[in-house]
Amino acid sequence: MSETVEIRLTVNGEAVTRRVAARQNLVDFLREDLGLTGTRAGCEHGVCGACTLRVDGAIVRGCLLFAAQLDGARVETIEGLSDSGEIAVLQAAFHERNALQCGFCTAGMLITAAELLARGGVPSRAEIRDFLSGNYCRCTGYHAIVDAVEAAARTRAGNGPP
Amino acid sequence: MRLSEPRLLIDINHVAVLGGIEERGGALRIGALARHSEVGASPLVARLAPLVHQAIPHIAHPAIRNRGTFGGSLAHADPAAELPACAVALDAVLLLASRRGERKVAARDFFRGIYATALAPDEIVTAIEIPPAPAGGRSVFLELARRRGDYAIAGLAAAARPGDLRLVFFGVGDRPIEAKAATAALQREPAAGRVAAAQAALARDLDPPGDLQADGATKLHLARVLLGRAAAALAA
Repeated sequence: MSETVEIRLTVNGEAVTRRVAARQNLVDFLREDLGLTGTRAGCEHGVCGACTLRVDGAIVRGCLLFAAQLDGARVETIEGLSDSGEIAVLQAAFHERNALQCGFCTAGMLITAAELLARGGVPSRAEIRDFLSGNYCRCTGYHAIVDAVEAAARTRAGNGPP
Repeated sequence: MRLSEPRLLIDINHVAVLGGIEERGGALRIGALARHSEVGASPLVARLAPLVHQAIPHIAHPAIRNRGTFGGSLAHADPAAELPACAVALDAVLLLASRRGERKVAARDFFRGIYATALAPDEIVTAIEIPPAPAGGRSVFLELARRRGDYAIAGLAAAARPGDLRLVFFGVGDRPIEAKAATAALQREPAAGRVAAAQAALARDLDPPGDLQADGATKLHLARVLLGRAAAALAA
């Protein structure tokens, strides 16, 4: 498979044109070709959630998409969501509650949690756990992550801890 | 994992006519490219195929459901997947197309084994037609998995229509399996003792091979547990 495909897409708001190997996945494209190393390659078969990012406004697995599929797509990574301030409340809550240790899963956790919070309201802890069930963390035991997401949801909804 | 090594891969994601969810000629028509998240959020699906609506949250996780498609799940034919069992339980019909033309295949004839279907090498699934749930119909979707979103160790898609009951198990064979002996036992009169009889009869329907998650005897036991729960839910 030595074929290459030219793609034009938007990554974190910037127009990008590249020629990619047909078999290169999205995570490798972002990390190796664009230098956006915030997105992690973990299990590389869709299970662990470390590569979670946004394509056309919805969270997806970066390891289960080929870069060649993304002609015309709008890609948002942790770098873009950090710079725009969109997930600042979540990031502050993760920091405050120590909701990360090694940090490998954190970008995927934040982006997944952002999609849950975008639905509005304050989700229950069971709903938070359900929504994050596809993102593995091997350090924290999840409790602090659920705490942080719940706290961020309360902050966004305009009320503090119960 | 190199389960397949195609020489050519064609991305069909931009073929708009393969998408969409609509009511057509009384049936629910789900385009092959309809995403699981779209199917799960559709009021039309919730009304016309409540079994499918119940099944969607069991499919993996939000980021997977945003991308995975209805037709893709059926064409892939993983024996532990949710939607093939729903399609069989609901008497769904798959629309297949190739350059030679179109044809329809009933879901119960479509699944041929592990990752094996009635699709010819040059065919794709274009849509699925599901007869609408009748008034007074009931459906129950249950599965047992070690972790949220994992493939089922055993699962059951049950659809009851007036005078008709379908119990289709998944994760316990090489394809979705309709439990006809258990279904007959469950409908026998008198009602007393028939759940136990149906659970016993399930051994005539299922002979689950063991896999990485559980051995065959455990899977049969879990299928019986699900049968009991489904019977209780349908009777409630």
